[in-house]
Amino acid sequence: MPEENPIRDRLLTGLALVFLVAFLWYADNYFGAYTQRILNNIAIFIILAVSYNLINGITGQFSLEPNAFLAVGAYTSAIFTLSPEEKIRSFIIEPMIWPLSDMSLSFPASLLLAGLVTALMALLMAIPVFRVRGDYLAIVTLGFGEVIQVVANNIIPVTNGPLGIKGLTPHTNIWWSWGICIFTVFCVVRLVNSSYGRAMKAVREDETAAQAMGINAFRIKTLAFTFSAFFEGVAGGLLAHLITTISPSLFTFMLTFNLLIIIVVGGLGSTTGAIISAILITWGGEALRIVEEPASIFGFQYEGVPGMRMVLFSVILIFVMLFARQGLMGRNEFRWLKLIAWFERLTKTGAKAK
Amino acid sequence: MNENLLQIQGLVVQFGGICAVNHLNLSINRSEIIGLIGPNGAGKTTAFNVITGIVKPASGNLFFLEQEITGKPTPVIARKGIARTFQNIRLYDDLTVIENVMVAAHCAISYSFPEAIIGFGRFGKDERRIKSRARDLLELMGLAHLGGEKANSLPYGSQRKLEIARALALEPKLLLLDEPVAGMNPTETSEFGEFVLKLRKDMSLGIGLIEHDMSFVMHVCDRIKVIDHGVEIAWGVPHEIRNNEKVIKAYLGEG
Repeated sequence: MPEENPIRDRLLTGLALVFLVAFLWYADNYFGAYTQRILNNIAIFIILAVSYNLINGITGQFSLEPNAFLAVGAYTSAIFTLSPEEKIRSFIIEPMIWPLSDMSLSFPASLLLAGLVTALMALLMAIPVFRVRGDYLAIVTLGFGEVIQVVANNIIPVTNGPLGIKGLTPHTNIWWSWGICIFTVFCVVRLVNSSYGRAMKAVREDETAAQAMGINAFRIKTLAFTFSAFFEGVAGGLLAHLITTISPSLFTFMLTFNLLIIIVVGGLGSTTGAIISAILITWGGEALRIVEEPASIFGFQYEGVPGMRMVLFSVILIFVMLFARQGLMGRNEFRWLKLIAWFERLTKTGAKAK
Repeated sequence: MNENLLQIQGLVVQFGGICAVNHLNLSINRSEIIGLIGPNGAGKTTAFNVITGIVKPASGNLFFLEQEITGKPTPVIARKGIARTFQNIRLYDDLTVIENVMVAAHCAISYSFPEAIIGFGRFGKDERRIKSRARDLLELMGLAHLGGEKANSLPYGSQRKLEIARALALEPKLLLLDEPVAGMNPTETSEFGEFVLKLRKDMSLGIGLIEHDMSFVMHVCDRIKVIDHGVEIAWGVPHEIRNNEKVIKAYLGEG
């Protein structure tokens, strides 16, 4: 059995990062636009899943608001990267209100602002929202998601209403999305492994007992909520500049629902699970397109049925949840120690077989 | 030395029309072990819940170290130095044994939120301090070898001990134990009695104790308060209580 060794673990993590960067460099230079688009999507969904998991899985507060935070982030960042001339051209129903109409920021600054505005919104929202728990919390946060959509449709001088904001510069590339993705994972992992993370888990396990140990449950929940909102807002900014067109109809409840599937399949409360699941589901959704295309199987002609991949996807989901009720990772996290132990077992059984 | 820790005056708690605690007075000094006994449903646990702020009283005043704590939120009271265990064990089931103890040190961390994220500054030093303190407490409770296990995988008796280790990690001045020896065998019970006495001596804690095991209560407590249906029926040193007719009536019924 291998032993715990922080230095080895750090070296291995560094090495893994170098490999990831090398792969991203290769992807950036040699992969086609379609594959690059999928890679960007994966990075954005990792950011979303990991931060959503912080509030839903780690702190155990079942909430349904990421589509709202994503919308706030996307709109904030989009409004600030458009130049004043572009704003005059696209806001055709009503001109944009001053001073927003004259303001313009660089892409990274707009992402930061998107995160901060979303975090502020979460902070204000936490006060009424965390008066309720469990199912009630889910309903209240769900309502907030709907409110944001209606607001985006109706404050035309800021959001351009149902027309949405078009013609954004596609700033989001592999480096931005994956850079922020790695940063997010780093921050969340550090947080979870600190005393704050332990307090969050304690609130999840037993709120009364956590309070009796001096933990202010409301403050801890608000912290988790605001922290995850920041990264969801940044992800919104990345998404806006990836697809270059945003409108209120983009941020429906389905987005939250997808994220919920991702974190449940990955294992509620496991950051590793959220990452693995975000990759599998985002990439898998594209890979399954193959079943919708015409094909010839043993000389038998298959026409290809549009929508077939969703059927298959659902069947796979049912099987995953039947055989891994706690999700792929349960509440376990990836550790180098486990991987090395696994390899050792593998080589040993291999040697025995010979 | 005999500094007053907790002072309860005229405490009344009502659940709907039921009066769970009726004009209860109680005082606990430093280095004193006070027993709170009575038949089931007498309002003992409710009294503990009021002291720790989980239940709000209808009337009455509570003072801790001469400061009013009536109706204060639970975490505020805990931070002032009142730690407790629960009758129906309430551990953080999915956390490891050592993490359970470390959670209670959250209000004593000196590093800020950004320091926790970046991992520099006071973070490393503080985490090491919390961890070694948690190890010491597990050692004290005889759970050191179980540090890495999940809390819910522990046997019942060890879970009770873990709750006490967690409560001690809060560095309390007053420790409230709700049926600490329930489910322990006679040997474990008498060992635990010695442990409680040692704890009082070493840390000069005030201890409040709810327990049904009479020989344990009589052995450990300095003074005992007996309540029935929320009303105090007796108060005194163990041998007075043992021979009190009202108490015998409350427990055995009238002949």
